[in-house]
Amino acid sequence: MRILLKSIHLVDPGAGRNGRFDVLMEDDRILRVGPGLPADGAHVVELPSALVVTPGLIDMHVHLREPGHEHKETIATGTASAVAGGFTAVACMPNTDPVNDHSAVTEFIVKRAAEAKLARVYPIGAVSMGSNGQQLTEIGDLRHAGCVAISDDGRPVATALLMRRAMEYASMFGMPVIDHCEDPSLKGDGVAHEGPVAAMLGLRGIPGAAESVGVERDIAVAEMTAGHVHIAHMSARQSLRAVRAGKAAGIRVTCEVTPHHFVLTDQALAERGGYDANTKMNPPLREEADRAAMIEGLRDGSIDVIATDHAPHHADEKSLEFDRAPFGIVGLETAVSLCLDRLVHGGVIGLPRLVELLSLNPARVLGIPGGTLSEGAQADLTVLAPDATVTIDARSFKSKSKNTPFDGWTLKGGVAATIVGGRVVYANENMPVGRKLRDTT
Amino acid sequence: MTSATALRSRHLLGIADLDPSEIELVLETALAMKEIGTRPIKKVPTLRGRTIINLFFEPSTRTRMSFELAEKRLSADTLGMTTTGSSVSKGETLADTARTLEAMAPDMIVMRHGASGAPHQLSRICRASIINAGDGMHEHPTQALLDALTMLERKRRLAGLQVAIIGDLVHSRVLRSNVLLLTRMGAAVRACGPATLVPPGLDRLGVRVTTSIDEALDGADVVMMLRVQHERMSGLFLPSVREYFTFFGLTPARLERAAPDVIVMHPGPMNRGVEIDSEVADGPWSVILDQVANGVAVRMAVLYLLAGGEAEA
Repeated sequence: MRILLKSIHLVDPGAGRNGRFDVLMEDDRILRVGPGLPADGAHVVELPSALVVTPGLIDMHVHLREPGHEHKETIATGTASAVAGGFTAVACMPNTDPVNDHSAVTEFIVKRAAEAKLARVYPIGAVSMGSNGQQLTEIGDLRHAGCVAISDDGRPVATALLMRRAMEYASMFGMPVIDHCEDPSLKGDGVAHEGPVAAMLGLRGIPGAAESVGVERDIAVAEMTAGHVHIAHMSARQSLRAVRAGKAAGIRVTCEVTPHHFVLTDQALAERGGYDANTKMNPPLREEADRAAMIEGLRDGSIDVIATDHAPHHADEKSLEFDRAPFGIVGLETAVSLCLDRLVHGGVIGLPRLVELLSLNPARVLGIPGGTLSEGAQADLTVLAPDATVTIDARSFKSKSKNTPFDGWTLKGGVAATIVGGRVVYANENMPVGRKLRDTT
Repeated sequence: MTSATALRSRHLLGIADLDPSEIELVLETALAMKEIGTRPIKKVPTLRGRTIINLFFEPSTRTRMSFELAEKRLSADTLGMTTTGSSVSKGETLADTARTLEAMAPDMIVMRHGASGAPHQLSRICRASIINAGDGMHEHPTQALLDALTMLERKRRLAGLQVAIIGDLVHSRVLRSNVLLLTRMGAAVRACGPATLVPPGLDRLGVRVTTSIDEALDGADVVMMLRVQHERMSGLFLPSVREYFTFFGLTPARLERAAPDVIVMHPGPMNRGVEIDSEVADGPWSVILDQVANGVAVRMAVLYLLAGGEAEA
């Protein structure tokens, strides 16, 4: 079946496009993109002019929790959450139970994702067996089973030597090593950013240096090995300084930041009566100078990717004492609205740069298809409604978990529809265009 | 400043929630309560028929006994629960414990917990008034109030007082509540401890931070010593007890730098020979036992005011 999206506002920085174009799709592929394409018997779909079509958004840092923690999330609910948030693909971290340190686990994830038929799922394999920092996983075998990167996320890559060997070995397969940068001794049993807010709330601190020490180490190892290190969920201004210096020196270092780290600060821990465990994440919400630095990094191009670190936890776990509650928040269904509201409407960046951060660059970092709508590419598209008013309602999340600090927030910008392989896998029922698109394909 | 006649909140979670007029109200009420302790029959019917649960998730002797005495002097029905032998050791969550207690319809819950913010979480679940008897490293509001009452009795004022707080700052809820109270009431606070035990950012909270005990003591009207726990010696915080006492122990010689009429306070329990020399602890400067006596009066005042303050004291 052929569908012609007629005269839509296409933002595709990878192809240098930002304007009115036609997109012709056949089945699961993009056939042609250009101005004034002939209908040629294709079903013609026109969209309201306020909507924006982009290459499918890619979240390269999520926790789908399956296998092992299905009470928090499953691959089916996690990918439903992804497409509801406008993401056509996600890369899932290996800290499941069992850890994704073996091709059998990878194959299980790939199979479950295929059954769910929602977002594409790219597994990330573990660096070390059990993510225990002792022995390398069978990285080549993981690659062949479908892994696109390796990481011990949830924990840092334990030692500089392990990082060295992982980078050397993974580079044979063209895979980046993604590191959750953290010096365990500096982090200690901290639960909040070390600063005046933690001091007054009596919470043990995690200094910014606990992260940047790890970033500096990884950049040094990347230089030595000529490998590619990707810094996960960067939060501290010292880390950004190190990344800038590494890039300037020509070292292969890329990095991502989460929406919560560029929207919130540690002040959120003291608000609404204080100690809401939905403000507890690792790395922690940092102070204003760090938040402002992340915004500047997004603006000036030093930050490559926005990723959510979607970390579902059950309400029972999050209702424990702040010290005991697990780290992390869900992010898939709030990211686009936060980005459009704070970054685009906030005047930080334009739509093309946002699409780089949410689609083009994550595809490039992971070396996966997508990120731009070239002819012959898979037909993964996201339809944004940049001017829609959206109120976050955690109860309506497709994710199994509702742990978000953004519940009740009203933001400008949302998702109208998500198309994966030419299929409308999500249509926003609150928008007429969503229903129309769903009925079309 | 208009003077308060009641507390705005039905909980006492921290000094952070009290404005200066409310602090004054508690202190004035405590002075009235003190008189009850001097009567031959030290009991008034103020809280008769009210149920108070003392919920202690951490071991405590003096705070718990002080609260119990205050409750009994006000004729409340009290019962206590400690972690040992309770369902908490069987893995029950704080929220479930709270709901269980709530079903017993207590009027007030006095709570001590090892996690900062635990009483705040409880207050979002329970209808009962929650009184924070110490949460983690966060606050210990009745301690700061009894400290203020002690200073007020001895110095006749809080505004303008030079108060030195010395010891393990980072782990101390007593420090945090005292800093909030004293800065709110116009006193000047110097906080002193080894750099490893100073919470980063403390200097941005209206406190002068120093690592020199001599500088902290210089002209001080009040010296408050904080307990240094022996486990700090193993956590890379401090080299040894001996070294700590050499540089931060309060001795009579050091105390000469303070104001001539200086008073020395300690929330207890003291580590003699660690943070304080016995000669100081037992000397003429010491008001440590006054603090204990004032603790009962302040807690009676807090219970009375949170109960609505409608009965005659």
